Amino acid sequence: MGIEVMDISKTFDQFIAVDHVSFKVNEGEMVALLGPSGCGKSTILRMIAGLEVPDKGSIYLNGVDVTSMVTQKRKVGFVFQHYALFKHMTVINNIRFGMEIQKKPKPEIQEKVTELIHLVKLRGYENHYPDQLSGGQRQRVALARALAAEPKVLLLDEPFGALDAKVRKNLALWLKEFHEKLNITSIFVTHDQNEAFEISDTIVVINRGRVEQIGTARDVYENPESKFVASFIGKVNVIDAVVHENHIQIKGTQYTIQNMNNEYLQDGDIILLVRPEAIRICEEADKSHFIPSIIHEIHYRGSHYELDCSIGEQTIRVIEEKDRMRLSSWHENQNVFLKIHSYKIFQADQGHEKIKIKLKALGYIE
Amino acid sequence: MKIKSESKLNWFYSAGLTKKILIAVVLIWFCLLIVLPFFGIVKACFENGADKFFSALMVPEARHAFILTMIISIIAIAFNTVFGVILAIVLVRYRFRGTSFFEGLVDLPFAVSPVVAGFMLIILFGKDGWIGQFFEMHQIKIIYAFPGMVLATLFVTLPFVAREIIPVLKEFGIQQEEAAYILGASRWQTFWKVTLPSIKWGLVYGMTLTMARSIGEFGAVLVVSGNIIYKTQTSTLHIHQSFTDFNYAGALSGAIALAMISFLILTGMQFINERR
Amino acid sequence: MKLYQNSRMKNNKMNRTAQKKDGYVLQGISLFYTGFLIILPVLAITVKAFQGGGCNLWENITLPQASHALILTFAVAAIMVIINVITGTATAWVLVRYRFPLKNLMNSMIDLPFAIPTVVTGVMLVVLYGPKGLIGGFLEHNGMQIIFEKPAILLALLYVTFPFVVRSVQPVLLEMERDMEEAAKTLGATPSKIFFKIVMPTLTPAIITGAALSFSRAMGEFGSIAIVAGNIPFKTQVASVYIYGELESNNQQGALGVSVFLLLCSLFILILLNIIKNKKRTNEN
Repeated sequence: MGIEVMDISKTFDQFIAVDHVSFKVNEGEMVALLGPSGCGKSTILRMIAGLEVPDKGSIYLNGVDVTSMVTQKRKVGFVFQHYALFKHMTVINNIRFGMEIQKKPKPEIQEKVTELIHLVKLRGYENHYPDQLSGGQRQRVALARALAAEPKVLLLDEPFGALDAKVRKNLALWLKEFHEKLNITSIFVTHDQNEAFEISDTIVVINRGRVEQIGTARDVYENPESKFVASFIGKVNVIDAVVHENHIQIKGTQYTIQNMNNEYLQDGDIILLVRPEAIRICEEADKSHFIPSIIHEIHYRGSHYELDCSIGEQTIRVIEEKDRMRLSSWHENQNVFLKIHSYKIFQADQGHEKIKIKLKALGYIE
Repeated sequence: MKIKSESKLNWFYSAGLTKKILIAVVLIWFCLLIVLPFFGIVKACFENGADKFFSALMVPEARHAFILTMIISIIAIAFNTVFGVILAIVLVRYRFRGTSFFEGLVDLPFAVSPVVAGFMLIILFGKDGWIGQFFEMHQIKIIYAFPGMVLATLFVTLPFVAREIIPVLKEFGIQQEEAAYILGASRWQTFWKVTLPSIKWGLVYGMTLTMARSIGEFGAVLVVSGNIIYKTQTSTLHIHQSFTDFNYAGALSGAIALAMISFLILTGMQFINERR
Repeated sequence: MKLYQNSRMKNNKMNRTAQKKDGYVLQGISLFYTGFLIILPVLAITVKAFQGGGCNLWENITLPQASHALILTFAVAAIMVIINVITGTATAWVLVRYRFPLKNLMNSMIDLPFAIPTVVTGVMLVVLYGPKGLIGGFLEHNGMQIIFEKPAILLALLYVTFPFVVRSVQPVLLEMERDMEEAAKTLGATPSKIFFKIVMPTLTPAIITGAALSFSRAMGEFGSIAIVAGNIPFKTQVASVYIYGELESNNQQGALGVSVFLLLCSLFILILLNIIKNKKRTNEN
């Protein structure tokens, strides 16, 4: 059952916020909606909650079409980025709110609230007011409040966005464990790729109101299906190149690399997307496909080094482990040779076409 | 307005002298203009003898006027609180194309002269008025009678509650209300349990302003009421009447009584402001 | 990005289909109440005024007594505004930027004119400045009379409108970020230069708002003036008192012209204030 979003769209004034989005969340699964600010992911979540109404398409919760159902009746749990706690109520009264609306008997409320306070590790804070709590604590209250109402589905809208990096990390881990215990169907919206990787198994990458790719963390990192996904997830070098007779020539140089894909490439301009860790630096060329380069700048990053190297007019960034740096003698303005282990090839707007084909195959769209 | 003490500010004028002169000038102006008259009136009261003061207050016309003032004020507070809240919610939560215009409209009673306000009401609700005609047919008198006075007071006090609540509602933000909806609360439940507690102090402050204004309203009520003693004379009208009748003792005592009440209201306003 | 966020905020409040019904009820109630109490009266008086013909209206306004009342009202109001702008800004400045004894007490008392009935103000001023009063007696001795003369009008207006400029400027001063002034100081600007070139431009909209509010109040002020000024036509009769006089003598026609004129001025000021408010909003965005 779970959540099913079918071809929903939403326009605000002239602005297309959500453009024919479809995806599924299986029961008990936690899915991350990942994308840059303003890409529409929060709007999608709000439509699932009923806070916005889609212009087109439908939304199913546990097999029921809720597209025109009012928020109150959907029984979803929602956690806001800025907590939205009831400022004039204590922690306990915040958590009880949903159950009181449902007119649950007092002993039942008491029991459930105590259980949740224990679960979110806020024992002792029952009678505190939100402004007496830290950000992380407030968010845990918000979570407890949402769960107290026994929702069928849990929606989290950048819940850690307003918190410090360290707190964010801890909460993300905690949330993952928590979800594994509860197994409630959930969607987690974030713009932080690391967070998405940490928390969920399935990632839906959104950009400009459209689904770019749906897959596991490994899928979206190793096999990005569009230029956007490749550049948004992790770090990537974008290299302009030209295909001529199935050879890839880097623009501005006469150096070519071999076409490692099985398909024959059409002649023309392409873009090579190369991860910084997929490039290796050597002092000498020992095969014909090592590319000559000059090291421009070396950056120390604590756990590794990043080297800016030039290929013709273009600059790319290479990651080098500390051990290798110690053993080598890399320095600035040095002539070296680069070998590109793996890359992805894209045409200018190839990304969207590919995603459409895939969705068709999965039966999401006609 | 609560002033937070700013200790770092003293660097601004390097010459302490300018600062002292400015403070002194402002203080003198303030005392002379605002404070002195207030104390003048209190002094006059005790000069003439406190017993004279009380006897003037207890005169039947004065008592009746006071009761009338209070009744009208209570009605004005009740109506304008309810409608003020509704207006504020509509203007803040339901933004539509004419919102800016309506916000300006709500401010109209502030800008209009009270006699003009009273005059407008006479034209509309008088015997030949668009609305007055219907009431005339049913023998109900609005102008020169109690209902007219209530209407006049409602008009001049309309903006207070709305204007106090609107910024609070804007600041309060809609997310807490959304959270309540998601947890299953109906709009009415959300209003009572979430929205209302958050605008509590703004609301009370607005109500206090409404009370002060309705007790003090003069021009509009004077024009609309016909100023019939025992029937349509409020306290302010009574004071004015006494003054023009050369009954200075009566005018003075009435003025002092209202001044005291106003001072109490002012104190209440300050108290509420601290809480905000 | 900004456009998106603004549209989304606007639409948040509009797009709850099931809750829209309740919205309509509330909007209906608001429309009814403001229509009934505010829009209709304004319409009624405007229609009635122009029923007699525009020329008639103009004649009414240009009657010697009427025009004198109007000119007196505007002139005294203008003087009052100038004084209030200076004293109000100074008071706000002193309250926000300095510390001195009794500051908090003074701050609470600023609102006194708001809380006191206008007729009580009138009586207070008569008690103080009348022939037997503390200050009045002294002035009488030196041949100066305030009560029942033009200066009384100015005095009454200064009293009732005192809080407007102060309360308008105060929040702006409180919110002002000090780094601009600090930067100017490091660049060598003197305190007065900083004040006029940096502080004043920020305060100007607030000052104008306060000035407009006090002018608007002054145009219509009745209760206090009715008591202190004696209301002698051609001498100390302001527009509002003139209107009242006409109504008392059952001359509604006579009162209409001046009333509508005042009403138009009020509307004009309201529009002006609205523009300033919107300008502020777009600046913040």
